[in-house]
This record gives sequence, structure tokens and C-alpha cells, in this order.
Amino acid sequence: MSIVVSNLTKKYGTQRAVDNISFEVNTGEILGFLGPNGAGKTTTMKIITCFMAPTDGDVKVNGESVLENPELIKKKIGYLPESNPLYLDVPVLEYLEYVAELQNVPKSKIQNRIVEMVKVCGLDVEKHKKIGELSKGYRQRVGLAQAMIHDPEILILDEPTTGLDPNQIVEIRKLIRELGREKTVILSTHILPEVEATSDRILIINQGKIVADGTAESLRKQAQGQEVLKVQIDEADNRDIVISSLQGLETVAAVDPVDDMEFTFLINSKDNLSSRKSIFKLCVDNNWVLSELTPIETKLEDIFRELTTN
Amino acid sequence: MNAVWVITKKELRTFFDSLTAYILLVVFLGLSGFFTWLYGSDIFFVGQATLQPFFAVAYWTLFFFIPALTMRMIAEEKRSGTIELLLTKPVSDWQVVLGKFLAALLLIIIALALTLPYYFTVMSIGPVDNGAVLSGYLGMILMSMVFISIGLFSSSVTNNQIVAFLLSLFIGVFFLIIFSVLANNFTGATGQFLSFLDLSSHYDSISRGVIDSRDLIYFLSLSYLGLFLAEMSLAKRNIVE
Repeated sequence: MSIVVSNLTKKYGTQRAVDNISFEVNTGEILGFLGPNGAGKTTTMKIITCFMAPTDGDVKVNGESVLENPELIKKKIGYLPESNPLYLDVPVLEYLEYVAELQNVPKSKIQNRIVEMVKVCGLDVEKHKKIGELSKGYRQRVGLAQAMIHDPEILILDEPTTGLDPNQIVEIRKLIRELGREKTVILSTHILPEVEATSDRILIINQGKIVADGTAESLRKQAQGQEVLKVQIDEADNRDIVISSLQGLETVAAVDPVDDMEFTFLINSKDNLSSRKSIFKLCVDNNWVLSELTPIETKLEDIFRELTTN
Repeated sequence: MNAVWVITKKELRTFFDSLTAYILLVVFLGLSGFFTWLYGSDIFFVGQATLQPFFAVAYWTLFFFIPALTMRMIAEEKRSGTIELLLTKPVSDWQVVLGKFLAALLLIIIALALTLPYYFTVMSIGPVDNGAVLSGYLGMILMSMVFISIGLFSSSVTNNQIVAFLLSLFIGVFFLIIFSVLANNFTGATGQFLSFLDLSSHYDSISRGVIDSRDLIYFLSLSYLGLFLAEMSLAKRNIVE
């Protein structure tokens, strides 16, 4: 099941919540949807799930357009909305049965599916309670259970781990990873390590536009452009000599001494070149002890901040 | 069709789980029973074995009873956001509206069925015109359909239950009173049109035992219009500007 979003635009009044975005998600791919509040994540998800029609553009799920065949698409999608709305006065089991019936799960399979969802989502203890009596974490699990009850080929989860405790978060991430092997998953979140832990691909949107698209690694590379190394050298006598000979290396673009440590430097390599080997050789030739050589990675947080603040 | 029934079942269960159904049934039976048997120009003053006094009372009780029933049906889903969950399931807006309509109608039919003892009591007093009783109940059901669809429409335009309740009473008053008053003040086509819109005259002719296709068309098309408008107001989110 592939999802193809093409030139999608949604206007609320004059404000463009989603501004001409296009992307594709392939079967078995987990797409992490990142963006600050109000970036248009939820709106995009609402359009894909056929809750709202776009102002312009189209979404095709497995070749079917949301504008023409919403009923067909809705059957294939499991959706967990942002605020996880639920009928508070309905018991968990009854609610799951209701959703299963709405999703056209065959009568003979409904009980099996409910039992399985209760197991997968860890609802066994609370299954006879009314949803209104459950804690936030358990409600979130009910939300996940209802999204997956008909074994959909596409899962769209708007902030699936909010309100869960760390153990549950790990479980849910594991579950999403497992599901993602066969299914297409789009999940949105504010929690950056979560995207890294679960997603194959990350899409960052800001003010309705896509600002980055790629794996966590490729985003890092893109943001960094050049290699940055942290180097510490011991048993050298003169700092200036070290700096000048580091600067003399062919691959090095800049040497930046770290203030409070005399022999620690941040070294920027020239574009697409690595200076690790030459630094090592330089130290060997001069009989310096290379006690640290660490590549500095840009954190996803930094990329996120850089792309989404103006 | 299956989806409609699933929604109807769920709504009916909500009525009976939340005491709404019981309270409203008791109030409906209490009020209509009180005015039919105990108070005012009740059934014993008519001088013949007829349920006419009951139908006259139930007419007004239903007018208040139905908006109270329908006010939360869509408004509450909009307020809590569950409408999003419902409409992203493989159901159309129309199926949602129709499912809720049938649930409310079934509850009204249950309420009316509980008044059958009135009929048996009257039957033991004297010979009853069964045709009139039957058409009286039919008229009541048709009128309920109109009120339910007005109520659902009102509930669909707001996410506040009280607003929905008041709005459906407001619209209902037009059909019960205002159109007929206005009709008296106009002559010619306008007057005729207004008096055609007046619900009470259609109800009266049906409950008298005259089943005219014009009356049937009136009730059915008005119900359809209400449901259609409710569907439109749900579908508003889809409007492509």
C-alpha cells in the first residue's frame, strides 16, 4: 500500500495550513512526521484519512484518490487522532466491538481480533472498565487498539506515545517497528529520539512546507556538509606548532581550539573529505599521543531547530 | 446498510446505558398519562371511547421530548472529537445521520408502544374506532420523524447541547404554531403555502383517520430535508473553497 501525496494544499481562511506539499510513502516504510506545533502535520493526516478534503492537490492511497473513493481508502487505514477522542461512557470491550463492526470485520473474527488487540495493547486488566475510568496511558492504548482492530494495511498515528510511561513507550515503539515490516506507517511526534527509534524516514515540515526529507543519517549529513572532529593531543610541547601543523594538513579547512583545554581542538574538514587518517599520521610522525579523535554528530534536535526556526 | 444498523445499535445502547432513555420514557409516560387520564379535559369527558385526548397531549410532549433526545447525538460527538474517529471509519456522513435518526425513532416507537395499555383500557370502556387509533399512532410516528430530523440538524450545527435543544424547539415552534398563524394573515398563494407548511393541520387530518398522500409526502419530505441538512452540515468540513 503506497501513499502518494501530490501538491497538497489546505487553507483555513487565508492561512495555508498545508502549502503545496508532495511526498510518497511506500509499503513497509515507517515515516516519521516531525514539525513544530501548527506546522500542518495533523491537517495532512486528516486529509489522508479522508476526514477533510484538501483545498487543492490530491492524495492517492494504493492508486485510489481520497476525493473519489474515500470509502475504499478508509477501510484500509487505521487512524489514531491527535487528542485520542473516545466515548467515555462505553466499556473497553464494547467499544472495540463497535469499531470492529464499523470496520466490517467479519462477525466470526471479531472476538479473535478483540482478544488479540487486548493482548497486544496490554489492556487485559482494564478491559471491563468504562473508558472514562481509565488513566491517560490506558486510553492511549485503547486508541491504538481501535486503530489496529481491523488489521489495516496503513496506520496513521498522530502522536501515539503521548501520555505513556517509559516502559509503555518502549513497548509501543517496538510494536510500531514490528507492524512497519508489513504495513505502511505514518506517525507524527514531537519527541525526536522517538522518530529516530522507530522511523525509516523522517519528514520535517514547517509552516505547511516540507523542509527536510530523508533518513536520520542523510539529514545529519545534509545539515553538516563537512566532517567535524574533536581531537585531543597529549605530550606535545607547543600549542602553536600543533595548530599550525594541523592547519597545514591538506584536508583540513579550519582548526578551532577549545577554550578551556589547551590541546583539544575542533577540526573542520574540507567538503566531502575526511581528515582522520592524516591527523593520525601527523601525530605518529611527531610522536604525539592522540588521546581523542571523535567525530561530532549534529544532533537531530539541532537539525530540527535549524530547519524550523526563522 | 450494515453500518447504519451498527450506529443505530450503539446509539440505542447509549440511551439505555446513560439513563436518558429511562428518564425520558418516565417523563413522557408520566406527562401524557397525567393529562390523558387525570387532569383537564381528559378522556372521561369526551363521552366516547377514543384515544384522541391522548394524541392531543402526546403531540406536545413529543415536541419537548424529542429535542432533549437528539440534542447530544451529534453535538456531543463534535465537542469531544469522536466525530473524527467515526467519520474516518468506512461510513458515509449520510449513514451516520441515518443511524442516529433510526435510533431516536426506535426509542420513540418504544415509548409509544408503552402507551398501548391506554388503548386496551379504552377498549374495555366501549367500542373503539380501531382505524382512528392506528392512524393516530401513525401520525405520531410521522410527526416524531420530522422532529427528530429537525433535532439532528440542530445538533449538527453546534457542539453545544443546550444550543441544539433550543434551536430545535425554535424551529419546531415554526411548524407547530407560527406558520399557521402567519397563514391566517396572508391570502392567496402565500397563505396556501404557509398553511401547507403548518404541521398541525397535517397531523390533525392524519390523526382523524384520513390518510392522505399529501400529508405523507409532507412528513416524509420534511424529515428527509432535515436529515439532508444535517448531512450537509457534517460535510461542511469537506468543502473545497
